[in-house]
Parts: sequence; structure tokens; C-alpha cells
Amino acid sequence: MSLTYEFEQKENVLLVRLTGELDHHEAEQLKNDWQLYLREGVKHVVVNLENLHFMDSSGLGVFLGRYKEVKELNGEMVICAINYDVNRLFELSGLFKIIDTEDSEDAALARLGVAL
Amino acid sequence: MSNHMRVEFAAKSENESFARVTVAAFIAQLDPTVEEMTEIKTVVSEAVTNAIIHGYEQNEEGIVLVECFIENQEISLTIQDFGNGIANVEEAIQPMYTSKPELERSGMGFTIMENFMDQFEIESIPHQGTTVKLRKKFLKNQSAYN
Ligand SMILES: Nc1ncnc2c1ncn2[C@@H]1O[C@H](COP(=O)(O)OP(=O)(O)O)[C@@H](O)[C@H]1O
Ligand SMILES: [Mg+2]
Repeated sequence: MSLTYEFEQKENVLLVRLTGELDHHEAEQLKNDWQLYLREGVKHVVVNLENLHFMDSSGLGVFLGRYKEVKELNGEMVICAINYDVNRLFELSGLFKIIDTEDSEDAALARLGVAL
Repeated sequence: MSNHMRVEFAAKSENESFARVTVAAFIAQLDPTVEEMTEIKTVVSEAVTNAIIHGYEQNEEGIVLVECFIENQEISLTIQDFGNGIANVEEAIQPMYTSKPELERSGMGFTIMENFMDQFEIESIPHQGTTVKLRKKFLKNQSAYN
């Protein structure tokens, strides 16, 4: 299984939904596409991992990279619907200490002030 | 039970998923838990990715070798490359250490391997290559006795 993803803009929030497996092979393309969407009008990012079935440390690198870019826009990044396996990697890496998380996409959007 | 497999493939990033799926299929005979399966796929992905981006610096002519032994409920995994090698292993295994921050590496590969496996060993010789050896004992699947 490979990785697919979709981007959607809601007000000033870029919503990224990932499906499949995120490894080094997929990471570079994801990064390039993601950066194209971090354009004018976008301040915050919500990443929905509900359908991400596998991830290794390459994924941590991609999230950290985009987190830094969002911070430069004075925005916030919220990652939501993290499954058990991905959760373990976040814990090991200490990513939870810097990136905010929510249980659902709606909760993440609400946290950033998007009217649902 | 004892069993053994060995695969060799080109150092192309497409083969990262091939490697983890292959090892997962091989160890399925041990009836691992979902969590054990994820751990094995993750460490294979980490070690093979390292061989490709650090060992060979994405030169796809490089060869990666993956070997797996099963002995009763224990597996030993070897991931080997014949690339750059690691000059300072002590430094390389530190959490968050990466020699390639420009590639958005997180420096967590070795930390994940150490955490997900019971034993972890690196043999590396500069300009000759790196061998990562990992071992893990699987819990006996209780349902097998019912
Ligand atoms: N197979 C290898 N060949 C050469 N150097 C390696 C290899 N594996 C790891 N390294 C070195 O060890 C460092 C740490 O590896 P790792 O923990 O996986 O982090 P990352 O891959 O994110 O850099 C790498 O940045 C690299 O310098
Ligand atoms: Mg690595």
C-alpha cells in the first residue's frame, strides 16, 4: 500500500488528510505537495491521520519540517485522529511536547476557530 | 521451529515497502500480535531507509541485504549495506542525531530500533558498510494452547 493524501482549505486553515503508509519513499513528494499549499491565506494546519496505517521516522521529519514553516507564519499545527502505532512514535520522539493534538478533525478545526 | 530467509535488492526507495512487507510475510508463521508485527515492519523500514540514504546516499546501484532467522519464538534480523559506513557509532545512535538535517531526517531511527527490539547491535566500518543486527522474542500466542 502506498500513500495518498488530500488538501482542503477551510478559512485560514489548511487541512491535510493522509491515507496509507508514510515512509521515506513517500515523504519527499508529500513535503513538496504540502509546501505548495502553504501559500497566501493559510495560517494554520490540521493534519488528519485517521487513515494512516503505517509510519516510520521519516513521517516525524515531515511533520517537524511543516511545523517549523507554520510557526514562521505565526500559525498553529494540530494533528488529529492519531492511531495507536503512530502514537507510540510520537511519544518516543517527544513530538507531543511541541505539537498539539486532538481526537477528531472537528475538534482540531474548532480549536483553530473554524466555524463548523 | 527454525527457519531462515535472505533477500537482496537495489537501494531504491521503492524497495523500503517491499522489504518490510517481505519480512512481515516471513514472520507471520510465528503468529505475532498486531503490535509485534508493526514493530518489525517499522524497524525494517528504519534500517533499510538508513542503508539507502546514509549508506549509499541514494546511489541506486547499491545493494541492500536483509536476512531473517527464526529460532523457536525468537527472530534475528540483519540489515546490511556496503556503503559509507559510520565513523562514530556512539554519536549516530543518540536520539535526534542526524547527519542529514537538510533531508528532514528526524534522527530517531536508531532510537526506534532500540526501543522496539530486545537486542540491537551495529557493526560498521567506514567505506565498507554497515550491518545492523536486531533480535526479538515473540510472546507465545496463548490461543495456540486452547
Ligand atoms: N547504514 C548507514 N550507513 C551510514 N550511516 C548511517 C547508516 N545508518 C545510520 N547512519 C548514520 O546514523 C545517523 C542516525 O541514524 P537515524 O537514527 O536513523 O537517524 P536519521 O536517519 O533520521 O538521520 C544518520 O544520520 C547517519 O549519519
Ligand atoms: Mg534513519
